[in-house]
Amino acid sequence: MNRILLRGGRLLDPASGRDERSDVLLEDGVVKASGAGLAASGAQVIDAAGCWIAPGFVDLHCHLREPGQEYKEDIASGGRAAVAGGFTSVACMANTHPVNDDPAMTDYILDRARQDSPARVLPIAAATRGLEGKVMTEMVTLVAAGAVAFSDDGKTIMDSGVMRRVLQYSRLVDVPVIVHCEDRTLVADGVVNEGPVSTRLGLPGNPAVAEEVHIARDLLLAEATGARLHVAHVSTAGGVAMIRRARERGICVTAEVTPHHLMLTDAAALGFDTNTKVAPPLRSDADRKACREGLVDGTLDAIATDHAPHAVHEKDLEFTQAPPGMIGFETALALVLDLVRQGELTPLELVRRLSTNPARILHRPGGSLAPGAPADVVVVDPERRWTYDPAKGYSKSRNSPWAGQTLTGRARLTFVAGRLVYDVERGVVAP
Amino acid sequence: MIGSDLLGIENLERSDIERILHTAVHMREVGEREVKKVPTLRGRTIVNLFFESSTRTRASFEIAGKRLSADVVNFSPSTSSMRKAESILDTARTLDAMDPDAVIVRHEVSGVPKCIADVLDAPVINAGDGAHEHPTQALLDLFTVQQEKGRIDGLTVTIVGDILHSRVARSNIYGFLKMGAEVRVAAPPPMIPPAIEELGVKSYTSLREALDGADVVMALRIQSERLAGSYFPSVREYAATFGLDRSKLHYAKEDAIVMHPGPVNRGVELAHDLADHRPSVILDQVRNGVAIRMAVLYLYAGRKRERGQSRSAS
Repeated sequence: MNRILLRGGRLLDPASGRDERSDVLLEDGVVKASGAGLAASGAQVIDAAGCWIAPGFVDLHCHLREPGQEYKEDIASGGRAAVAGGFTSVACMANTHPVNDDPAMTDYILDRARQDSPARVLPIAAATRGLEGKVMTEMVTLVAAGAVAFSDDGKTIMDSGVMRRVLQYSRLVDVPVIVHCEDRTLVADGVVNEGPVSTRLGLPGNPAVAEEVHIARDLLLAEATGARLHVAHVSTAGGVAMIRRARERGICVTAEVTPHHLMLTDAAALGFDTNTKVAPPLRSDADRKACREGLVDGTLDAIATDHAPHAVHEKDLEFTQAPPGMIGFETALALVLDLVRQGELTPLELVRRLSTNPARILHRPGGSLAPGAPADVVVVDPERRWTYDPAKGYSKSRNSPWAGQTLTGRARLTFVAGRLVYDVERGVVAP
Repeated sequence: MIGSDLLGIENLERSDIERILHTAVHMREVGEREVKKVPTLRGRTIVNLFFESSTRTRASFEIAGKRLSADVVNFSPSTSSMRKAESILDTARTLDAMDPDAVIVRHEVSGVPKCIADVLDAPVINAGDGAHEHPTQALLDLFTVQQEKGRIDGLTVTIVGDILHSRVARSNIYGFLKMGAEVRVAAPPPMIPPAIEELGVKSYTSLREALDGADVVMALRIQSERLAGSYFPSVREYAATFGLDRSKLHYAKEDAIVMHPGPVNRGVELAHDLADHRPSVILDQVRNGVAIRMAVLYLYAGRKRERGQSRSAS
């Protein structure tokens, strides 16, 4: 019998609203009990004083690159990077090679994950075959195989007729359709946010209105169809405002924001560092502030990493040629702790956006420390200072603009199903 | 103090620009001699690394290098074959291993000279990157205006045309502003970059207003084959609204000069007779280009640097 007693930490359980000094007992893969002064009675006791005890983080948006691009990442390396960042479940996008648009591929990903990944892997299936935006996938069969959501992600469905039917049909399965909102005709060849920075750099601009037009369309289609829409990585003030209004009107929409859109602006691209090239692009400071406000007031439900590994030789290209994306599992927590340090979110509300809300959006267990909940738990040391070196991280890729920087706050211990999978002193310990 | 690379005008001080212009006066004098050659850079190797095709700028740099007695090597990998064969940084590292004394880089994408400078020991001179900067063009334009008007401070300079895609416009905006001129830009709205006024210029959609009181009118080349139909309706309408001819030039000051970085689309951005005769100074710009590039090579490639000390290992 596997019993672990976390002693004397700050319990943060958004599901019940508890924020108090407490012990937590994990037994047989579930949370057995919590409260002050629990008896050890044979359990392995771990001192959690000075640390937070929170439900493991759930990432709604990442790219694990397996199958097909294992030189960037695979399910094993991505899963290890995830638990090192405190994530116990990660939802991976469908743009693998081949695309996850078929139940056999969903099966394969889940099978690899069971063997190789310390984190739970939640496959997001393509909304249309081959991500081509034409023929919808077999949603019922895919959900039966284990798909948790549908998305064509960066291959935005431009055909509004196809999008409407995808949303209509998705009501059969009651899972979210996740949309990467960028009108490709407005993005054109844009590679940085259109504004003073694109003007100074002489790089093609990607205007905020490219995202806003598409969010507007998808909100209207969500309203018309009654489907569950989830807007990925919102980056614009206009997008946040439209989602806020849509929710006030009762439209069924949820949304996420990335740590990089909360922390950085397009000014980060001024040195032509291709690690700052992401889609959607880093925006203006006004957009960044609006995203933070949206996260604080609940318009944006969740923080998602959009962990997007690319090899060094792919990022070492001309700015226009380098693929967009940055890795994020291992830095996300330290970055978003800034919201707590700036007084914008309490620790409890931060954990809600990292764990409870994303679990709820995917209808997964987790995000809770209630007795009987899966023992997916992270022990966070919010004050630990460390220097991020991607070469020493668990991701196979190194494309992060935070390389070499000293960050504050880190996952100390990560448990999945009651089993210790990561210990900051020893690294990933299982599988 | 001039840095080790010339990547743009944006990060130069006014005193750096003045020093280059001052040096160019002497270099221009060399070009007027019967034997147009001095031994200043004898034994130095200068590489013209042109990823984007160019005849004028490359020839100008080559002549400038040869007048200073440098050995000039032209290296023009086509970007399409590059993509398959090796990355730009691999090319840069390969070149660096051959110990050049300066590398002149032109590329169709903004930022490439900066990325190459980050890995090279040799000084890098930007000969034009995307829509970012073309510093030697701006320097030769400043030099030409200085020669024509006797000053730059207090002049009004109007740049007309495709500001959005123009590295010449950006470098000239920085250069003329630093030297104390007022800078205006005029173009059809789709070709005016967002937030351009944050650079310190005034932006106009009326050519007449933009030219009012201008001392210098600079027309930019329109890539008509690429842009007509999307950024403006047709070449005919562009020529009618923003093309310069003698009648439109009346809006400017009586002694205004007309400049163009070349090559000119005759009858589009400049009327035929305007391209060839005063007040156009286009061929003076070309002539001054050699002097400016000699000055730049002298100032950047002429300094002896301790290898590896100027840059931390990367």
